[in-house]
Amino acid sequence: MAKGQGAPAAARSATEWDVVIAGGGNAALCAAITAAEAGCKVIILEGAPKPYRGGNSRHTRNFRCMHEGPLSVLTDAYLEDEYFNDLLLVTKGKTDERLARMVIRSSQECLPWMQAHGVHFQPSLSGTLSLSRTNAFFLGGGKALVNAYYNAAEDLGVTVVYEAQVRHVHLQGDRFTHMEVSVAGGPVERIAGRAAVLASGGFQSDIEWLTRAWGPAAANFLIRGTPYNRGVVLKDMIDQGCDTVGDPTQCHAVAIDGRAPKYDGGICTRLDCVPFSVVVNRDGDRFYNEGEDTWPKRYAIWGRLVAAQPEQVGYAIIDAKSIDLFMPSVFPAIKADSIEELGRQLGLDGGKLARTVADFNAAARPGRFHPTELDGLATEGLDPPKTNWARPIDTPPFYGYQLRPGVTFTYLGLKVSDTAQVQTQAGPLRNVWAAGEMMAGSILGQGYLAGFGMTIGTVFGRIAGREAAAHVA
Amino acid sequence: MSLETPALIQEARRQLEICNACRYCEGFCAVFPAMMRNKMFADGDISHMANLCHNCRGCYYSCQYAPPHEFQLNLPAALAEVRQDSWESHVWPQGIGRLFHNHGVAIMALIVLATTALMWVALNLRPAEGDGFYAYIGHNVMVAIFAPAFLLPLLALFVGLRRYWRDTGGRRATVSDLRGAFWSVAKMRNLSGGHGEGCNFEKEDRYSNARRWAHQAVLVGFLLCFAATSVASIMHTFGMPAPYPLFSPPKLLGIPGGILLVLGTIEMARLKLKADPTLGARRVWGGEMAFVVLLGLTGATGLILYAATGTAAVAWLLPLHLGTVLTLFLLLPFSKMVHGFFRLAALIIEEQKKKFMREVVTAD
Repeated sequence: MAKGQGAPAAARSATEWDVVIAGGGNAALCAAITAAEAGCKVIILEGAPKPYRGGNSRHTRNFRCMHEGPLSVLTDAYLEDEYFNDLLLVTKGKTDERLARMVIRSSQECLPWMQAHGVHFQPSLSGTLSLSRTNAFFLGGGKALVNAYYNAAEDLGVTVVYEAQVRHVHLQGDRFTHMEVSVAGGPVERIAGRAAVLASGGFQSDIEWLTRAWGPAAANFLIRGTPYNRGVVLKDMIDQGCDTVGDPTQCHAVAIDGRAPKYDGGICTRLDCVPFSVVVNRDGDRFYNEGEDTWPKRYAIWGRLVAAQPEQVGYAIIDAKSIDLFMPSVFPAIKADSIEELGRQLGLDGGKLARTVADFNAAARPGRFHPTELDGLATEGLDPPKTNWARPIDTPPFYGYQLRPGVTFTYLGLKVSDTAQVQTQAGPLRNVWAAGEMMAGSILGQGYLAGFGMTIGTVFGRIAGREAAAHVA
Repeated sequence: MSLETPALIQEARRQLEICNACRYCEGFCAVFPAMMRNKMFADGDISHMANLCHNCRGCYYSCQYAPPHEFQLNLPAALAEVRQDSWESHVWPQGIGRLFHNHGVAIMALIVLATTALMWVALNLRPAEGDGFYAYIGHNVMVAIFAPAFLLPLLALFVGLRRYWRDTGGRRATVSDLRGAFWSVAKMRNLSGGHGEGCNFEKEDRYSNARRWAHQAVLVGFLLCFAATSVASIMHTFGMPAPYPLFSPPKLLGIPGGILLVLGTIEMARLKLKADPTLGARRVWGGEMAFVVLLGLTGATGLILYAATGTAAVAWLLPLHLGTVLTLFLLLPFSKMVHGFFRLAALIIEEQKKKFMREVVTAD
């Protein structure tokens, strides 16, 4: 039995912990390790059972890192201003510049810290070469990182409790006293401590909350990550008057394979075929320029586009010419020898789909096709147009994929100071810090920048751990 | 092909297609770069990847889709099943392979049988004269027993390996193919975890190089013992018969070899007892363990026999040692021993495929 799991409930409740941590992903673990290294007695309350521990961190893959020269697997240099500029581009200004720059500057010292705590990086290989300068990839992905951190925490004597659902963070005035927790569905226990770190993510797996925020359409969204990020702690803190940041109605969503599981489909459900496709909705109509820009730059908008269509579903249609131009899909494409037949197999009006494709083909113009750059091969007289890679869909067999919005995370979070301290209208809470997705909305108010979620989690996790330890010292 | 082959290959294919859409594990070992060369996998591709896999288990413990996730990915087990099946279905006769791979007790029984037979030889065909152990079993009798017991299994193995080579797309091996493959073996590169801290065998999600070292101890130990035997038979041919003194090539090779073999197999067995059996081919766990014991016994009885030189115990120690050696020879194609040959073949073929890919890319 893992260390900590063996601790009986009575001992757990009777202990006065130095630091009680809600959550068990990257940010929580960075906080736990930092506090334990400062000599604190730390308990991690992870909502998931052990095989699913680590929240969305177990689905991640890389860490975006500033560096003044070659650093570990990172080539060349990636300086603060360029990094911040990349952030501005995706957030369209929805960021707290002071916090953002602090995170960016701190990222450089995080990378060696991560390595010292068992994280292995690898040079970016296939398909991700464009990121070899800016992003350090975890060997084995996020779950390998999560495993390394749990082992580091265990070696430091941190107690980990799995299936620990935090129901309430109890405050007395501006001070945290204890958390109310149900372990494995058992009775509510009080876990008392001198400081609290809140790192239990957003609310994207609570479909009901999502539908309240976004609208009824959200019931058809797929959740790419953990089913355990239900925002219970987030809501509890908001109800107790904590300041929030981030648009409460918004989530980050991409278009994924419609056959993906409702939760936890992770990275492999992504589909990279859109730029080479004609994409139609349930009615067989096109609705957006599939070739607007290169896929890494358009990947993130398609979740929203599909979410706006009837029944929140889209269908990408390609032909034999394009099937090998993108990363393999987790499920094989639906395949047919004619567009009509493909439409029928996809549950669409085959005749209508054939007309849409025929109209598109008629609008396609001869020219040079180049799959990896903006080739300017555009349709003529078509609305909406397709402005790149507009080759006719005419070579059987034809292939189709169903697309659905896949939610990555929500933006609503707790407002924190630059020392990660949680804020209320009446001023900061004296002994409560937040880290990770739970406060990332301050910095990432819109859009997404690859590997930046892990950067925010690592930087703020370490800050939260350090501050909590300093408080109890 | 066996009756189970299609189902085993199909399950590995299902898992590899999910892996190929994720690719987080690409840095662990040679399997993933091989996987990423294709979108669709022919049966031969899957056998090839299965034999490239060293069962380091890094991908399992890092997998976001491992059970209880509904994708139920357990690639080390799926590939182990295909690998095991590829040996059994390529090496003739299949029935003998199945028996000894599946049943450790069959291996143990063969040791007893071989030892008993050699005891009978020592008792009933004892030569009129001879030094050292030739006083118990004559040289000609030994050759009459061991030459066919070594060469016939070797022939079976060779035929099976040649079929495997064709099925998985092997071509004529060049010096650089061999260099790359042997370098991988020498460093046990595919048990390094890609970062050098080793694999996830006996300590779950913590890395360890214990199995890497233990394997090399066994490998080097075995090769030293084999070299000792070969040198001795050459020396015999040139009129320098056994027994040999301590400072002679057979002893200088054989003693460290025997010690490495014994220590390596003890560690291998210990690690195997700690590792999770569900991440390998479960049905052959017993056969694999018995094979480790057989290797260890071969080394141990050889060392004890040497220590007992000149005593009466040689009368039964010699048949015991020769019984283990005979069993090892006979089971060369029908035990875990085959893994070395198939894996080396896979590593050579992988060098060829990598090179072929580079040529295609360069030509593009």
